[in-house]
Amino acid sequence: MNDSHYCPHTPEEIAEMLSVIGVASVEELFAPIPAALRAKTFNIPPGMSEFETFSRMQEIAGENSQGMTHFIGGGFYDHIIPSVVDHLANRSEFYTAYTPYQPECSQGTLQALFEYQTAICRLTGLDVSNASLYDGGTACAEAAMMALRVTGRNKIILDGCVSPFSREVLKTYLFNLDVDIVEIAPLDGLLNRSALAAVLDDSVAAVLVQNPNFFGSIEDFSALSEQVHGVGALLIGSVYPISLGILKSPGEIGIDIAVGDGQSLGNPLSFGGPSFGFIAATKKYIRNMPGRIVGETVDRNGKRGFVLTLQAREQHIKRHKATSNICSNQGLCALRGLIFLSSIGKEGLTDLARLNRDKAEYAKSLCVGIPGVSLLQSSVTFNEFTLVLPKHAADVVAGQLEKGIAAGVPLGQYYDGLENCLVVTVTEKRTKKEIELFVKELEVALCN
Amino acid sequence: MQLIYEQSTPGRRGVKLPASDVPTASALPGTLLRAEKAGLAEVSELDLVRHFTNLSRRNFSVDTNFYPLGSCTMKYNAKVLENSAALFAPFHPMTALLPGGVEFCQGTLGMLYDLGQLLADITGMDEVTTQPLAGAHGEMTGIMLIAAYHAAKGNKAKKKYVVVPDSSHGTNPASAAIAGYEIITVPTAPYGDMDLDLFKKAMSDEVAAVMMTCPNTLGLFNPHIKEISDIAHRFDALMYYDGANLNAIMGKVKPGDVGFDVIHVNLHKTFGTPHGGGGPGSGPVGVKKALIPFLPQPRIVMDGGGKLLLETANPGTIGRTANFFGNFGVMAKAYAYIIMLGREGLIEVSEQAVLNANYIKEKLKGYYDLPYDMTCMHEVVFSASKQLEHGVHAIDIAKFLIDRGYHPPTVYFPMIVKEAIMIEPTETESKATMDAFIEVMIEAARTAESNPQALHDAPLTMPISRLDETKAAREQNVCCAW
Amino acid sequence: MSMYFTKEHEWVKVAGNVGTIGISDHAAHELGDITFVELPKIGATVTQFGVLGSIESVKAASDIFSPLSGKVTKVNDALETAPEVVNESAEDAAWMAQIEIADTAELKNLMTQDQYNDYLKTL
Repeated sequence: MNDSHYCPHTPEEIAEMLSVIGVASVEELFAPIPAALRAKTFNIPPGMSEFETFSRMQEIAGENSQGMTHFIGGGFYDHIIPSVVDHLANRSEFYTAYTPYQPECSQGTLQALFEYQTAICRLTGLDVSNASLYDGGTACAEAAMMALRVTGRNKIILDGCVSPFSREVLKTYLFNLDVDIVEIAPLDGLLNRSALAAVLDDSVAAVLVQNPNFFGSIEDFSALSEQVHGVGALLIGSVYPISLGILKSPGEIGIDIAVGDGQSLGNPLSFGGPSFGFIAATKKYIRNMPGRIVGETVDRNGKRGFVLTLQAREQHIKRHKATSNICSNQGLCALRGLIFLSSIGKEGLTDLARLNRDKAEYAKSLCVGIPGVSLLQSSVTFNEFTLVLPKHAADVVAGQLEKGIAAGVPLGQYYDGLENCLVVTVTEKRTKKEIELFVKELEVALCN
Repeated sequence: MQLIYEQSTPGRRGVKLPASDVPTASALPGTLLRAEKAGLAEVSELDLVRHFTNLSRRNFSVDTNFYPLGSCTMKYNAKVLENSAALFAPFHPMTALLPGGVEFCQGTLGMLYDLGQLLADITGMDEVTTQPLAGAHGEMTGIMLIAAYHAAKGNKAKKKYVVVPDSSHGTNPASAAIAGYEIITVPTAPYGDMDLDLFKKAMSDEVAAVMMTCPNTLGLFNPHIKEISDIAHRFDALMYYDGANLNAIMGKVKPGDVGFDVIHVNLHKTFGTPHGGGGPGSGPVGVKKALIPFLPQPRIVMDGGGKLLLETANPGTIGRTANFFGNFGVMAKAYAYIIMLGREGLIEVSEQAVLNANYIKEKLKGYYDLPYDMTCMHEVVFSASKQLEHGVHAIDIAKFLIDRGYHPPTVYFPMIVKEAIMIEPTETESKATMDAFIEVMIEAARTAESNPQALHDAPLTMPISRLDETKAAREQNVCCAW
Repeated sequence: MSMYFTKEHEWVKVAGNVGTIGISDHAAHELGDITFVELPKIGATVTQFGVLGSIESVKAASDIFSPLSGKVTKVNDALETAPEVVNESAEDAAWMAQIEIADTAELKNLMTQDQYNDYLKTL
């Protein structure tokens, strides 16, 4: 016994428990499973100590190339994470707690989520936020389903400038639901507005755009929101939270539902997860929101406290009629987001956003100095921009990886005809020296 | 406690950012800029640290309190798992998607592949996708795979229903609804499982899938499970296994062997990764061979030379259910857990989880009504119906336990048991801890008779007493407006 | 004015071809503190025993079924901001919708007050 490290009983205790139950062996407790159905094989390797386990995990991590310099984004970004984020979120009173269904012994998690919802509302300029969703892609899908419920219509217009991953997730979610999805092909890295106008009518539930978009372009969607509202549809905006340190908020633009991925807010890259998705909306849509929501109330003595609220929307009460099938939220990742935003602070987020743009503009100015290289978009950009190279971007990127530089995302695999395009991301973590080396290596690769 | 925003002072800063080493960019046009800065907190680092440290102390957690929470498997979360996941923090998921990028990610892709192989063996499936981000997300992915399977056979229009027992998790019907199905609910028979005769009546060629939890949410293993899956397969309905209760059966029985075609596994339940106060979870989905062509992409495959590749051009795929490869950090913890415990360790986990649940069942059945009195698996469902005679509800017992330092069991689920109290001790709790809990449960039963008001008043030792949930739902104050 | 009930605990008061609809005191009590009432849209056509709206308490959500077929002519907007009225006066002030009755013959499918009282005793 005690092979599993974490089963504490002694043989004497087990014997005593078996006698209380009135069986001779633990095996007897499995009698309800018919003998014919029992497992015939179980080919899991023998166990090991925690020290050997950790060594094995180190070996695995060592099989990835180390110290890559990232000029890639695509929805996940290499940002600073203040030390307090790990130290506070790694308090085990937070991370080993369960969903706060029992509010009296879960006020820590509940108040933190209320503060998180507040941060998301203030960041997006919208009235209500839930307690987080899985990731940015599924948040786009949930927002689309929310718009279908609100409007009772069944058509979604999808700007092709939205992340190809998020678009694919959305299409996967809606595939079985008899929803008409109209995709607008991008025009030089921007929303093709005349193509959109041609299909926008009163059968449309929502239009989904992204700002800055997958090409890095910043667009002004204020006029679009009026057009969309004019036909009784909703405007859904997927946004990059760091950019909201300076960019017009979704609320100011007239976006009805804002979504995005919270990875950039204090969550490590961690090969793609866990991060969290956020969703915020104007108040009138709160009952159509998916997922958990924390609300403020009072206890029997009139003292302020927090509870999970509007649970009648959710699957554990409404079952197949719920607003979503989602049960969990990414609570701990949302907590990291809150600690990140509270540590960076009101002034700091603006500075951080400016720093990102300054670094990217510097890189951009050097890149366009390389002979044969130009910019795809005519618009301004935030911390990503799209270069048009004189050769296939995929070939260039493969070569740069060998040098320890993830030089950008080639667009050929996502957009036909854009094989020469490369989306370059420059966060605040990239130093002037790294940027200059990146540009030098790019020039070498292009001139060969 | 004050909100972090109530502690803010205009102009106060927390962490210091790096100074810029590049020229300042020209300003963006004013029409693109926000009018006011977002009203985030403005606190010093020390104030921030005290705030969140003090908040954390207002939580129960596995590391501070026993959590006998049915259906959720709140076992101990080994600390080496946390250290293991942190090793992978710097790896960007896009690297693997770049041309030639898989060469640089063989460690992380290999771990996901190996985890899939291990889970496939544990569950008796042929292949596993690690993309789903939580249990309910896995259910949705699994039912979409089933929908794709029927569509490929030309049966999309014919297959309209998903059958679930009335004791199922709410996510089951909700996930089936997203995949476009209507729900047929089959009642539970007096023997504690889906009524076999009513199930037979519910079945037809129009049923696409049957979703079961086994052992079910009463903690009982369905002895008719093979018969049920045989009947389902006769109608070309596929069997879906909700893996929430896998902790009871590792090495004992494999869902794939008893006829299940699709399964999701809750790594945060069975495989020891922490619940995080409500997430992140992780819900890999295992399938039988017939469903492999429909798996989400990118799909991680191994070539003849042992190199990991990404398959992205499979025409049959349902698509993509999450942006990248799933909740990798959670999977790193689950992988470390499985290789650390190994074959014998995992078997022991299930044995002791079942032993502990039956021990509590025997000790408490004289005090609480046990509607299904038989050998249970990893959890046991009592009813507070005896206590109700004194006006005491399951929720009152739950709140009394809080005062004694125990997180309450799951109450009012499954819905088919009146005043349900669902207890899952897990394998990691000591006999002494369980004995102390049993004593307090007995005290609660006695107090229900002698002084019901004391239970109605509980909890009294927490920072707050019972909250007005009606006020919260009517007023909907979900963000700080001041 | 006569009042009729459904097995799902809705009532309808009939005056000529106008039917006023709500849920019974019994239903309101069973649901507990009501937090939300979803009303139909004016002009909507409803069928007998078809979904008219929905009602929520903290821990439960239920559909409201129309006792009779017809066209919705009026809704009680006040319930949207004051759902607690359902608990205070389910069979009077908390009426939910008025319909123009399509077919009074459908009344034969409903229970009278006495029949409903007897029905409640069987639950």
